[in-house]
Amino acid sequence: MDEAPPELEMSQLLTKIGRTRDVNDFELLFRHFAPRVKAYMARTSSPGAAEELMQETMVTVWNKAVMYDPGKGAAATWIFAIARNLRIDAYRREKHPEFDENDPAFQPAPARAADTVLEAEQSARTVRTALATLSGEQAEVLRLAFFEDKSQSAIAVALNLPLGTVKSRMRLAFTKLRAVLGEGGAE
Amino acid sequence: MTPRHHVADDLLVDYAAGSLAEGWSLAVATHLSLCPECRARFAAAEAAGGQLFETLPPEPVADGSWAAVRSQLGRAESAAAPPKVAILPKPLRDYVGGDIDAIKWKVLGTAGAQLRLKTGDRQTQVRLLKIPAGQPVPEHGHRGRELTVVLSGAFRDGETLFERGDIEDADAEIEHIPTATPEADCICLAVTDAPLRFRSLLIRALQPILGI
Repeated sequence: MDEAPPELEMSQLLTKIGRTRDVNDFELLFRHFAPRVKAYMARTSSPGAAEELMQETMVTVWNKAVMYDPGKGAAATWIFAIARNLRIDAYRREKHPEFDENDPAFQPAPARAADTVLEAEQSARTVRTALATLSGEQAEVLRLAFFEDKSQSAIAVALNLPLGTVKSRMRLAFTKLRAVLGEGGAE
Repeated sequence: MTPRHHVADDLLVDYAAGSLAEGWSLAVATHLSLCPECRARFAAAEAAGGQLFETLPPEPVADGSWAAVRSQLGRAESAAAPPKVAILPKPLRDYVGGDIDAIKWKVLGTAGAQLRLKTGDRQTQVRLLKIPAGQPVPEHGHRGRELTVVLSGAFRDGETLFERGDIEDADAEIEHIPTATPEADCICLAVTDAPLRFRSLLIRALQPILGI
């Protein structure tokens, strides 16, 4: 298996797929991400349902690839968001309301430098470094939040901890991430 | 001008993770549409999710998985063309079915109006509120958490001013009476914990008397 996550290659590949619609390129992307999407789905679904949701996610990735903007984040983040939204729909029958940058009501950020694929790769690396600095307890609450569909009150129940403790671990984890990424640096 | 009252970390992380109920998520998405500062924080949280996702131990896919996906590949979907102007941010327009002038207000008591928005979750109650200029919010009383996002006009809660895009995050302990500023009606999105529902008719009948 691939050891170091090849963000740059994957973000470039996804950008290229959006442009050229090359099925062979998409197969490479599929080989990398499908087992991860399936692992994510398996946290809250039976193996059969996880396989089905993974397939739905990957088809959506292909259909929407033209909308991927590497300046906004790594391919892994974009695909995670698609998987997350499909999981919410399948698992809880809820929607995940999202903002839209082309919305005329949108309040844009102050001007910034041009977006590049390199930027996505750098920010992914920065996030990975930041995650490595988290304590075991901090990483645990983040993982439960992202993968087990647990709100912070549900995490408190699962870990048998006061809600305040979970919130403060989350806050510390998040503060570290933010310090590394820098205010406004990710947008 | 960008908002001065921002979304709390716990809501932002739960929203990025996808574990936040739909009603609360709508308030967060509405604020994010109007707040570049919080969008940068959200991007950090979502990027962390992307990295955690990248490092999940891979789960082998079924035989024939790729062939199945390949056979379902469709045409490129691009985003629908947005309208030229809008007051309500996109996440809210999707629930209202249009912009601010499409809201079918229901008059509340002597003043003010509301529109309930339906979501898939059973934990929250989601409403658009119109508070007449200079008036306090009608029928106010909540248990648990309440998120209010200003969409048009402004309100004051005590000394604090909330304007377009600002989010107020209040819990049950806070006694507060948001009051619209005198210049204009204030339209806002209000999300609260759903009222407790008692199964027994008797308890329900006694609810106002017992004050629960």
